[in-house]
Amino acid sequence: MASEGAGNVEVAAGAGDARADVGALPDIGRREAGGWLVPAAAALAIAALPLVLSPYGQDVVVRIAIYAIFALSLELLVGATGLVSLGHAAFLGIGAYATVLASGDNGASLALLVPLAMGAAAAYAIVVGALSLRTRGVYFIMVTLAFAQMAYFVVHDTKAGGGSDGIFLYVKPVLAVGTTTLLDLGQRLPFYYAVLAALVATYAFIALLLGSRFGHALAGIRVNEQRMRATGFSTTPYKLAAFTVAGALAGLAGLLLAVKDGAVNPELLSWHESGAVLLMLIFGGIGSLRGAVLGAICFTLLKELFQSEALLGPLASHWQLTLGLTIIAFVAALPRGLIGLGARVRGVMAGRAARQAVRGSP
Amino acid sequence: MDTATFLVQCLNAVQYGLLLFLVASGLTLIFGIMGVINLAHGSFYMLGAYLAFALAPWFGDWFVTRLVAGVLLAAIFGYLLEWAFFSFLYERDHLQQVLLTYALILVFEEMRSILVGNDVHGVPAPSWLAGGFRLGGLMEYPWYRVFASAACLVVALALYAVVNRTRLGMMIRAGASNRDMVRGLGVDIRRLYRIVFAGGVALAALAGMIAAPLSSVYPGMGSSVLIICFVVVVIGGIGSITGALIASLLVGFVDTFGKVFFAEWSGVGVYVLMAIVLVWRPEGLMKRGF
Repeated sequence: MASEGAGNVEVAAGAGDARADVGALPDIGRREAGGWLVPAAAALAIAALPLVLSPYGQDVVVRIAIYAIFALSLELLVGATGLVSLGHAAFLGIGAYATVLASGDNGASLALLVPLAMGAAAAYAIVVGALSLRTRGVYFIMVTLAFAQMAYFVVHDTKAGGGSDGIFLYVKPVLAVGTTTLLDLGQRLPFYYAVLAALVATYAFIALLLGSRFGHALAGIRVNEQRMRATGFSTTPYKLAAFTVAGALAGLAGLLLAVKDGAVNPELLSWHESGAVLLMLIFGGIGSLRGAVLGAICFTLLKELFQSEALLGPLASHWQLTLGLTIIAFVAALPRGLIGLGARVRGVMAGRAARQAVRGSP
Repeated sequence: MDTATFLVQCLNAVQYGLLLFLVASGLTLIFGIMGVINLAHGSFYMLGAYLAFALAPWFGDWFVTRLVAGVLLAAIFGYLLEWAFFSFLYERDHLQQVLLTYALILVFEEMRSILVGNDVHGVPAPSWLAGGFRLGGLMEYPWYRVFASAACLVVALALYAVVNRTRLGMMIRAGASNRDMVRGLGVDIRRLYRIVFAGGVALAALAGMIAAPLSSVYPGMGSSVLIICFVVVVIGGIGSITGALIASLLVGFVDTFGKVFFAEWSGVGVYVLMAIVLVWRPEGLMKRGF
């Protein structure tokens, strides 16, 4: 039987493993190829899409953009700070439920709903963060999962949340000054551009945050928390702040999702949702904001594809099987996500060139 | 609440807790020794329940034989699964394991839907365990539940004996406290992993088989058990079997009595318990103590 002391060392080493893996990834917020040009061009392209897309296509783009916001908010935790949370859907769900509950039967102004949804999610994030940040590594994964389940059961079992059926959002929110309506989210195109604007704002905000002193502190915590503490940083407030900001941004995604679907149900808070958003990050490649967006795009499109009866016929009703097998193949083939694909191809090419050079030399 | 009701609820709590222990002990061992977060563990519980359903017509009242056959099948399945998928994961980080086991859940759920369908099925308890005994004046406690508790208790004791009294158990304990050292001492760690994984699958499947006549079998039964077992593992301390036992009984009591006293908030109880334990001891009740 291991002595108490040896157990301590092992626990610390185990937590270090998980951290080192994330820390070894490319530095987030570093200059990626093309700088601001690529994201800006992508945003412009998305803005032009309604010209060519059917209403169904626009709907898919809106869903992707909302999930991209959600994935970006989790990237702030997983990629930037090295905190792997498996309960992030709680904040999405709380944002969505706050929106619907505050709208009531008569609707409410966006000026009220946005701070409310983000604030409610942030408030729960502070509580969960304060408790769960006492743990690390795998414990943190499981504890965040359990707190999300707690929120799920509150919504699922009590009357206030409408039970397992959820609640409808009867009146979509508007932004009005006096009697002039500036923005009506009930209409298709204004909603499309509002979601796009929210995505751009979230992306820019996180990118700026990671470039700031605060972001550098988070990177330091990810790479080596002990050293950060030794240099005089109190790391817990930084981690708690990151956790809260991530929760608030997920709440924003929740608001948009509630408006898009016109209803909320407890499944928004379920661990399947938390798992899915983590999958998006891993899909895209952790440690890159573009990877998070790319992952949201690929994951949503794959799900659409596998559920499409027009393309896959009877196989569409078994979409979980095809999606599951695709993910397994993905894990086997691409350990660093889609964003690592380029580097991998370059590595293979460079290796081939080097071998040829060796062979060619006398 | 009169004494008889109280006793019945206590027996229910113990029975539920012991059942949870079978699933959670496998989960905690797989994590403690192999370092793998196995989200698919709930699927093995579901697999056991559906095995009980599928094997029922073949074995009739040979209930114990049915359990043994099911456990053997599940262990073989676990052995093959480890060889096919998990053996590639040890060098990868936790996120890749989460991804793969999440995918396995999707695959298992869909296979279940293709093979058995999405209906809820009842599984008959053996006729020699029909009926129950009188408790107080009106209450009757079913013999099958007594059998379930007793069977889980026997398995728990056997597990304790294996872990603490055998050579294999010694390697398991050593592996949980220092994996690299065990490898350095020349233990075939891959074989050890495979055995532990197959054992964990067999334990979860056994729990599913025992639970099937009580809860019937239904889609998604694995994921609710999985989450509760995560709570058990966190409360008990990762890798600790004793901790898992204490935590499962605690969770069993909190959940059962939560349903009696606060019906509407009953789902929240165990998570509040977990929060309290974490504030008190962030690394669970038993930190790698066995």
